Amino acid sequence: MTAEMHRPPILSVRNLTTSFRTDGGWKSVVRDVSFDVRAGETLAIVGESGSGKSVTSLSIMRLLAENASRIEGEVILNNRNLLALSEKDMRAVRGNEVSMIFQEPMTSLNPIFTIGRQISEVLTRHKGMTTREARAETIRMLEKVRIPNATSRFDEYPHQFSGGMRQRVMIAMALASRPKLLIADEPTTALDVTIQGQILDLIKTLQEEEGMSVLFITHDMGVVAEIADRTVVMYRGDAVEAGDTADIFHRGQHPYTRALLSAVPKLGSMQGEAAPLRFPVVDTATGITIAPPPAKAPLGHRQPILEVKNLVTRFPVRSGLFSRQTGAIHAVENVSFDLRQGETLSLVGESGCGKSTTGRSIMRLIEPTSGEIQLDGYNVQRLGSMDLQRMRKSIQMIFQDPFSSLNPRMTVGQAIAEPFLKHKLGGSKEAAEKTAYLLDRVGLSGAMMNRYPHEFSGGQRQRIAIARALSLDPKVIVADESVSALDVSIKAQVCNLLLDLQESLDLAFLFISHDMAVVERVSHRVAVMYLGEIVEIGPRAAVFENPQHPYTKKLIAAVPVPDPARRGIRRGLADDELKSPVRPVGFEPPARQYREVSAGHLVQMA
Amino acid sequence: MLVYIGKRLLVAIPTLLIISIFVFSLQKLLPGDPIMAMAGEERDPAVLDMLREKYRLNDPIPVQYITWLGGVLTGDLGISLRTNQPVTELIAEKLPVTIQLAIMSMFFAFAIGVPMGILAAVKKNTAIDYVASILALSGLSVPNFWLGIMLILLISVNLGWLPASGFESIFVDPVRSLQTMIMPSFVLGNALAATLMRHTRSAMLGVLSADYIRTARAKGLSPRQVILSHSFRNALLPVITLTALLFGELLAGAVLTEQIFTIPGFGKLIVDAVFNRDYAVVQGVVMCTAVGFIVMNLIADILYVLLNPRLRASL
Repeated sequence: MTAEMHRPPILSVRNLTTSFRTDGGWKSVVRDVSFDVRAGETLAIVGESGSGKSVTSLSIMRLLAENASRIEGEVILNNRNLLALSEKDMRAVRGNEVSMIFQEPMTSLNPIFTIGRQISEVLTRHKGMTTREARAETIRMLEKVRIPNATSRFDEYPHQFSGGMRQRVMIAMALASRPKLLIADEPTTALDVTIQGQILDLIKTLQEEEGMSVLFITHDMGVVAEIADRTVVMYRGDAVEAGDTADIFHRGQHPYTRALLSAVPKLGSMQGEAAPLRFPVVDTATGITIAPPPAKAPLGHRQPILEVKNLVTRFPVRSGLFSRQTGAIHAVENVSFDLRQGETLSLVGESGCGKSTTGRSIMRLIEPTSGEIQLDGYNVQRLGSMDLQRMRKSIQMIFQDPFSSLNPRMTVGQAIAEPFLKHKLGGSKEAAEKTAYLLDRVGLSGAMMNRYPHEFSGGQRQRIAIARALSLDPKVIVADESVSALDVSIKAQVCNLLLDLQESLDLAFLFISHDMAVVERVSHRVAVMYLGEIVEIGPRAAVFENPQHPYTKKLIAAVPVPDPARRGIRRGLADDELKSPVRPVGFEPPARQYREVSAGHLVQMA
Repeated sequence: MLVYIGKRLLVAIPTLLIISIFVFSLQKLLPGDPIMAMAGEERDPAVLDMLREKYRLNDPIPVQYITWLGGVLTGDLGISLRTNQPVTELIAEKLPVTIQLAIMSMFFAFAIGVPMGILAAVKKNTAIDYVASILALSGLSVPNFWLGIMLILLISVNLGWLPASGFESIFVDPVRSLQTMIMPSFVLGNALAATLMRHTRSAMLGVLSADYIRTARAKGLSPRQVILSHSFRNALLPVITLTALLFGELLAGAVLTEQIFTIPGFGKLIVDAVFNRDYAVVQGVVMCTAVGFIVMNLIADILYVLLNPRLRASL
């Protein structure tokens, strides 16, 4: 540790200020930020959206649009101020001395070139290699980032790779020229949690092998704790605090740092708690923590409001001259569970596991293939279209993206009142009263109902979406990744709101999420889904504290925990990919047996 | 790939049938009588009847359609009511002229429109972008015939650099052929260039803001590599589809352009045929055009697939 402290900095950022041109002149989005990245160390810049962390990284690389931005200060790499270089000299730095990987592996590779060509390009450009030399070196790099069959995959296109594999390709591309500094801008945010674990491991290993420095940009405190030697916390364009990662976590001085850390859901923090727990609230100005109200007594025995039995949803896959069915996606396979009034059941799993399809099948937004759904006295499978409309009064949905799930041309009042009016629950006067009441309920104000969605922030919009879902007084709410797109502090607030509403309105939540830590915090019971099936279901404490199924264990182990003591851990996860639930025609899913571990805790047997 | 082409050709059959029915019935609904147009001063009912009988115009309309369709399928488009030449022969004579005009126009359209579009996108919201947009708008707004006449006046009449009209086959006298075609194809290509420029610009703007272009820049590639190799090849995809659709505009433009420059092509053939109520020729030309249009679109779709690795793999 002390040896690292005395190493000279590879990169020194001094008084960096970046401004964007707006109608009214220049607006600064990063102000007076200074930090060093030393040889071989990892520095994390952490912050929520709008904190300026990505702009900082793009400013270092000078990748912002030149005529719309202004970068001031100094960025010193190897005794040269990058901001003073000519554009031509800067191009020789990019991808050579400093490389960058980005958040979205799905769109960061050019779809019309082979991945081999895209990596070799760096070598022919910066290292003066011939095409043949570059090919050999590229294959070596692909092997280094653990891409199986590197030689044959050289000539494949990005769409033939999964998200995790594409991120490996991006890393190979970034490291091809052996840069001194790697800037990783949210490199694992778009990935599933087990894949995230693999990529973090890979970055750590390569960093050791190559001895490079890493500037790691992220919003995820768990990732920071695992990867960073030192951390800079950014808030609305300012670096509010910097220091050793452990100091930041344990002895953070700035109120914002403390607020951020207390809002982070921490897997394993719910041991010994009987019921869902609200997040503590920290005042970002004063740093004073308001402890969460004590957990409510556990639910007694109650009748289920929703019962799902042997639900199956499959989508046909067609191909060939006459579009014959050649297979089926077994999105949901023999799923059964029930949900009681006032209870939260979480469906967790990674992308493609069928958790969202389950939620939609229950509401018949997607027609299930077979199974039985009893909801609030309705036999959902057999409802005609009129009854289906009535049934939907009992069950409402909140979606993931608060930006696209509200119609931009409707005021939020209209959006909230619309279901109420469509179901003829009252006239426009009652609708307006109800809207104002609901806006108050979700922590906004009735006076805001004539505003349009663009006038609200992401968190506020999600509150509006919640108000809209409540306008029919539903008994069940399907929350499909409803807090996943929100910043940590906003996420905590919205989770608290959901718990408040559950308590006062006795709502049942089907909480669909990939985020294990949030799930642990808000659920009464948890069902883990894998390839369309529930592999483990049970009370929250049982599933998290005594996981039985190998997939549940793997999922829990992969979650980054915001505890700097875990710095440097390797998970040793196998470099496998998520399996696909596509099966040939006539495939008969095997009959599954479940084993009861404890009361209500069922595990699928292999 | 063959399956894909087969599929597309199967879809083309009903399309062509619908066009044929449409063309055939429209003809019958049009005012005017081809026999009267043919007979000129001759008004003897016996002669007119004889002519009607000869061209089988007394048969019920569905029978006439079936007879004609049977001919089309065997490569016989009927006989021109006016010149007594087989329609196939007429088309074979005029088609190469228009194809030459079309190819040269497309050359001009691409040579002007695509580089201007790229430049405008790269230099977005600068003087260059504005000038390109203004030029494109003027290209769209200036009528073909006016531009044609002005060019004839300036270049042929005043300067005497190029012939004002006429046509020479490229196989007989290539130099003369190109000389006569430069002005018409420039006039025709000009309007298409404007459309191409606008679409290239917007396609390029979309691509330039893509994540993979940021990746390309982060690799330290030169602007030339980023723009021409990484961006343009992606932007080309929508432009190709557009080009096939422009083919229709090209044919419509050819009718007018051929009139102005008195080029004996397809456009002139169809205009003359319509005026003379020469049913067989009109039907033949329209069918031929429809086939051409379908073939162009098929080529465009195949190109689109070939240039797009994701689609290529799904074949």
